[in-house]
Amino acid sequence: MIGFEEFFRELAAEHARWNFIWLYDEKQAGRILSGLWMTIQLSIACVILSVIIGVVGAWAQGAHNRVLRALVQGYIQFFRNTPPLVQLLFFYFALGQFTPSYSPDGWLEVPIISNVGWAIISLSFFAGAFNVEIFRAGIEAVPDSTVEAAESLGMTRTQTYREVVFPLALRVSIPSLNNNLVNLVKTTTQAYAIAVPELLYESVSVWNDFPSAQNPTMLLLFVTYILLVGILVMGMNRWERKMRIPGYGQ
Amino acid sequence: MSWTPDLPIVSLKDVHKSFGDFEVLKGVSLDVMKGEVICIIGPSGSGKSTLIRCINALNDIQRGSITVEGQEVSDPKLDKLALRKKVGMVFQQYNLFPHKTALENVMMAPLKVLKEDPRTVEDRARSLIKKVRLEGKEDNYPGELSGGQQQRVAIARSLAMRPDVMLFDEVTAALDPETVKEVLVTIKDLAAEGMTCILVTHEMGFAREVADHIYFTDRGVIVEHGPPASFFDEAKDPRTKEFLSQIL
Repeated sequence: MIGFEEFFRELAAEHARWNFIWLYDEKQAGRILSGLWMTIQLSIACVILSVIIGVVGAWAQGAHNRVLRALVQGYIQFFRNTPPLVQLLFFYFALGQFTPSYSPDGWLEVPIISNVGWAIISLSFFAGAFNVEIFRAGIEAVPDSTVEAAESLGMTRTQTYREVVFPLALRVSIPSLNNNLVNLVKTTTQAYAIAVPELLYESVSVWNDFPSAQNPTMLLLFVTYILLVGILVMGMNRWERKMRIPGYGQ
Repeated sequence: MSWTPDLPIVSLKDVHKSFGDFEVLKGVSLDVMKGEVICIIGPSGSGKSTLIRCINALNDIQRGSITVEGQEVSDPKLDKLALRKKVGMVFQQYNLFPHKTALENVMMAPLKVLKEDPRTVEDRARSLIKKVRLEGKEDNYPGELSGGQQQRVAIARSLAMRPDVMLFDEVTAALDPETVKEVLVTIKDLAAEGMTCILVTHEMGFAREVADHIYFTDRGVIVEHGPPASFFDEAKDPRTKEFLSQIL
């Protein structure tokens, strides 16, 4: 009977390409885990921010103010029609130059917005652009007559939006939102390009240091993302079921 | 000018309304006194629905004047909230909020618009639901109710705002024949209690029974009007006669 760690040590010794190093080397395990944690944080932050951007954007799209509507439209066109990787590089390298920095010890110059910060901002705006369109489609699916009923009861535009239009639009939007958020979680790997130490970044570091660990680490990447996205989809489906209205839309 | 109950509660004077180049209302005038029930009948496309939608400012008008309790509806400075507190409206397609239960539908406007105490609102909502004979259906969603039941919830929802005038826009037109009656009975109860009602309807028998006054519209004008007895039996205008002969 050999131990778990011993098994993988021997596997690595016998098969040069199958070194599951993070299963028996504590330091490598730590790198993978910290990468995973960063990916989870990045995903949660971007999902929340992008949904907020979507809701606010869809609301602004229906505003009377033409300038505001044009701004939202411009934002959507820019972020939807350019690659997210280019956006990330642009935010970090181009905009990053102009953001102020501070000096904690008098020697170092630390920018106020870190690379992690830029990744969150950039990815949230990217996914947010799609979310605006998703929520807009949901809002358009709410019949004018239902809105009219709310108006004729004396409700203001804001009350009508909050109490009637949004709750109904949200239910219509969940399936498309689901898709977009799945994409967002996967797109967080692109933060690799600006050295955000997320799962892909840490994995590449591991196999650069230990080329024998390349195959197992790639396998780990696939399995981890399948699990992460699976959890998200499960949560979204549960939410969709919970939001279902008896006798409506069936 | 302050309004007193001896003046018309709703008054239309030479109202003109166009959608683009198409003139729907070509000078409509009518007065409704407090407690009166009036029915507007006429062929489809004659501007009946537009007419009552103008009364609570869901449509704006191009010319003329509409007043509700002396307040000018077409005034750009009009406080729409104040107007809509006075005027309740029930639609052909019920237009309930599908994500709220019957009780929540009735409670929403008094809570959000009038900002009344939730307990008072709930008590009133429950008694209104009882009044429209839907006791036991408080926690059902609109999708679980029949058309006639939904329409009665819609009536209760409007009444919850304690309006002075109720507008009914072809409220039985989308219903099965069996359920038409239950809605009409509800409206009749209201009329009997002295609620001022303006109805657009195709239910001639009902109009004859409950209305104090009938208006017949065709192509954007009021062709003829009068109390039901004389209107139905002694119509003078050939257009009215033709319409009635097709219907009755």
